[in-house]
Amino acid sequence: MTARERIAGNVAGYVDDRTGAAKWMKKNLTKVFPDHWSFLLGEIALYSFIILLLSGTFLTFWFDPSMKEVVYNGSYEPLQGIKMSAAYASTLDISFEVRGGLLMRQIHHWAALIFMVGIVVHLMRVYFTGAFRKPREFNWIIGVGLLTLGIVEGFLGYSLPDDLLSGTGIRIAEAIIQALPVVGSYLSYFAFGGAFPGELFISRIYTVHILLLPGIFLALITVHLMLVWYQKHTQFPGPGRTEKNVVGYPLMPVYMAKAGGFFFIVFGVTAFLGAVASINPVWLYGPYTPGQVSAGSQPDWYMGWLDGLVRMAPPLETYLFGYTVSWNILIPGLILPGIMFTGLALYPFIESWATGDKREHHLLDRPRNAPNRTAIGAMALTFTLVSLINGGNDIIATTFDLTINQMMWFSRIAIIVLPPIAFVVTKRLCLSLQRADRDLVLHGRETGRLVRMPNGEFIEVHEPISAEKAWLLTSHEQLAPLELPEHDGAGVRRPGALKNKLRNRISRAAAVAVPKATETERRELEGHH
Amino acid sequence: MSNEIELIKDPGLPTHVHRRADTDPKAALRAERQVAILFALSALGTLILIYSYIFIKDDVFIFIPIMGDTNLHQLGIGMGMAIALFCIGAGLIHWAKTLMPDEEVIAQRHEFKSEDEDRAEFVDTVKAGAADAGLGRRPLIKTTLGAALGLSALTPVLLLRDLGPLPGDDLKKTNWKKGTRLVTDPGDRPIRPEDLEVGAVAQTLPEFPAGKVRHLDDVAKDAVLLIRLRPEEFNLDAERLSWTHEGIIAFSKICSHMGCAVALYEQQTKHLLCPCHQSTFDVTRAAKVIFGPAARPLPQLNISVDEEGYLVAAAPFTEPVGPSFWGRLK
Repeated sequence: MTARERIAGNVAGYVDDRTGAAKWMKKNLTKVFPDHWSFLLGEIALYSFIILLLSGTFLTFWFDPSMKEVVYNGSYEPLQGIKMSAAYASTLDISFEVRGGLLMRQIHHWAALIFMVGIVVHLMRVYFTGAFRKPREFNWIIGVGLLTLGIVEGFLGYSLPDDLLSGTGIRIAEAIIQALPVVGSYLSYFAFGGAFPGELFISRIYTVHILLLPGIFLALITVHLMLVWYQKHTQFPGPGRTEKNVVGYPLMPVYMAKAGGFFFIVFGVTAFLGAVASINPVWLYGPYTPGQVSAGSQPDWYMGWLDGLVRMAPPLETYLFGYTVSWNILIPGLILPGIMFTGLALYPFIESWATGDKREHHLLDRPRNAPNRTAIGAMALTFTLVSLINGGNDIIATTFDLTINQMMWFSRIAIIVLPPIAFVVTKRLCLSLQRADRDLVLHGRETGRLVRMPNGEFIEVHEPISAEKAWLLTSHEQLAPLELPEHDGAGVRRPGALKNKLRNRISRAAAVAVPKATETERRELEGHH
Repeated sequence: MSNEIELIKDPGLPTHVHRRADTDPKAALRAERQVAILFALSALGTLILIYSYIFIKDDVFIFIPIMGDTNLHQLGIGMGMAIALFCIGAGLIHWAKTLMPDEEVIAQRHEFKSEDEDRAEFVDTVKAGAADAGLGRRPLIKTTLGAALGLSALTPVLLLRDLGPLPGDDLKKTNWKKGTRLVTDPGDRPIRPEDLEVGAVAQTLPEFPAGKVRHLDDVAKDAVLLIRLRPEEFNLDAERLSWTHEGIIAFSKICSHMGCAVALYEQQTKHLLCPCHQSTFDVTRAAKVIFGPAARPLPQLNISVDEEGYLVAAAPFTEPVGPSFWGRLK
């Protein structure tokens, strides 16, 4: 035994004497993690969160979360002598006086954008592969919570510098609060400590941004990861992989090195963006005043869809017994997002209710093999994408020489027309891909080699695919539709018939599939060739 | 042969294919060297960072294509940091991929569901615990505890009450009164009609008596846009026309939709456009909404001139300015 091994043994012994951790560690250090590039997407979000904590802590050392009025006399000449809030002035100081300060500000902002991209793309991976199914519904809901909080956290974060752009965003948030029936103006006066903008909101959202929400994030992320750990990761179907096992690399050392290395890569890329790509140059916007606005006001991308919905809302306001209800704000600002996020959170339960599938699933679906789910996802994405595009309608209009009216009418029509089209097209595409899979299994791979037969006929040589590939393309199960009783023995409608009818219909739609190729069919075809 | 349909069978985990570095010591040595080079590059990145931090002055700019004039100090620190971090990551991953074992391992899953026996015992334990506490047998305790807990939830709500004052009729008032002069923003200079040419726009605020400080809350309600047209260009009813002065018309600059500053004026079409959500208002028709999500016109301010010839408000706003709220019309 070398000296080093002896020391390591002693340390491990010291810790185990006090915690009894050896048994747990022995088992978990060799824990198996399946490998697939798409499993890295959630890691991007996790690592961006760590980068946000580090860079954010740096920023708090200089940022002054106060709306006290000061006169700027720092080194950025165009703003010298101008009155502004201490928050804005200290943001300028971080950018121009603190060495590496601008870099850290830009890393923080880029990391926030990447954090949200990571969450959304990870969510899409989980959705389209069906990873949310039993037993992982809790983690899905935690994920939807993290997405929602991430949007709020990002919005509060870019509001802190108190520049002209961010102040405009806060003004819009205030208008949404104020539009709430009955309590709106009260809540707004509580939130802002009086009339908008007041002198309090920066210090208030600062506490929420750096303490309250990060605390909730830490707790939720911890539970999220513990559940992944405890439930073991899902895996894609393939040879040797079943619902009962997990195939991959052990945590120590391979997965540790890969995951740890990936953290540094994400951090490195974020630092590179912070170094070369200017983001949120607040000194160009000037300090906030409610009487001014910068043209082309754009929120960050994860808020853009919400802004796009607000922009395309029809000018609807009703007056009920003299009270005002602003549908043009409530529908796009609260009701639609509420429906979207509730639907997202409940999706696993809706799907298992409609298909009657209550079993555990650890093997992922290939998106084509769940055409209905994939099509619903494409529909939701299309809706969000049209909203996002409309969130930048002014920029798009000026860039492509369109009028704002053309853009707006495009979005207003597209948001209703395109999602159903996306549903139909995606479903058809999935079924076509299933058909292609079937052909591949039955007839083999096209080699591109043409052969002339003795009788003059030209044929293309097909090569059989490997046993592994054939298994991958046929290992999925195809659910039969539900057949819940709608009538009783005497042909009379039962109680709950309507519910059963609905479930039958949805599950019939979900069960539409191209029958997968079987060994029997393959053998029959061989006889023909 | 049976009529059963035979499915395609799982061929099992494919046999492991060795990498070059597993079999060829030379390739392994090469991989080791590559990893070491990546780690060395990382160290170099940190050195670049240290050098830039200490020795490059923060006012040195260099021209870089695409990026334009770039601050070398920031760039050096940032690129140093990026290289240092990225190369650690690349080294670790290269190490894992070339030199660490790449044989896939199979572990078994276990159902999460507890044994039926355990479940039953769990339920029994809960039942027994509840019975021991006697909740069911002592309704008085249950009721009073529930009431106490419910009431205590009011504490945080109550303690938050002092977050801000009640709005009262604050949202309906501005600093515009009969005779308040319009002053430029910025500059605080009173304006005469002849200061504005036809087609011109001016942002104004109400004049404050000396010593009264103008807060942003005031600007958020008081900001007014002056626009001068030729009088015959208006398409207004008699009352609203009487609120203009020599072709000068005044509107609240705070959007009736969500409170942004309606800052874009299109001289050709005489439209005002809010840059936030593109609500468009027709100046000639008392800021009627002609496009976008806003539901109401911008409130018009009744203006005239005082004896010294300066523009003044002839009356306060007749309706609350800014975005809608529940009790707006009350």
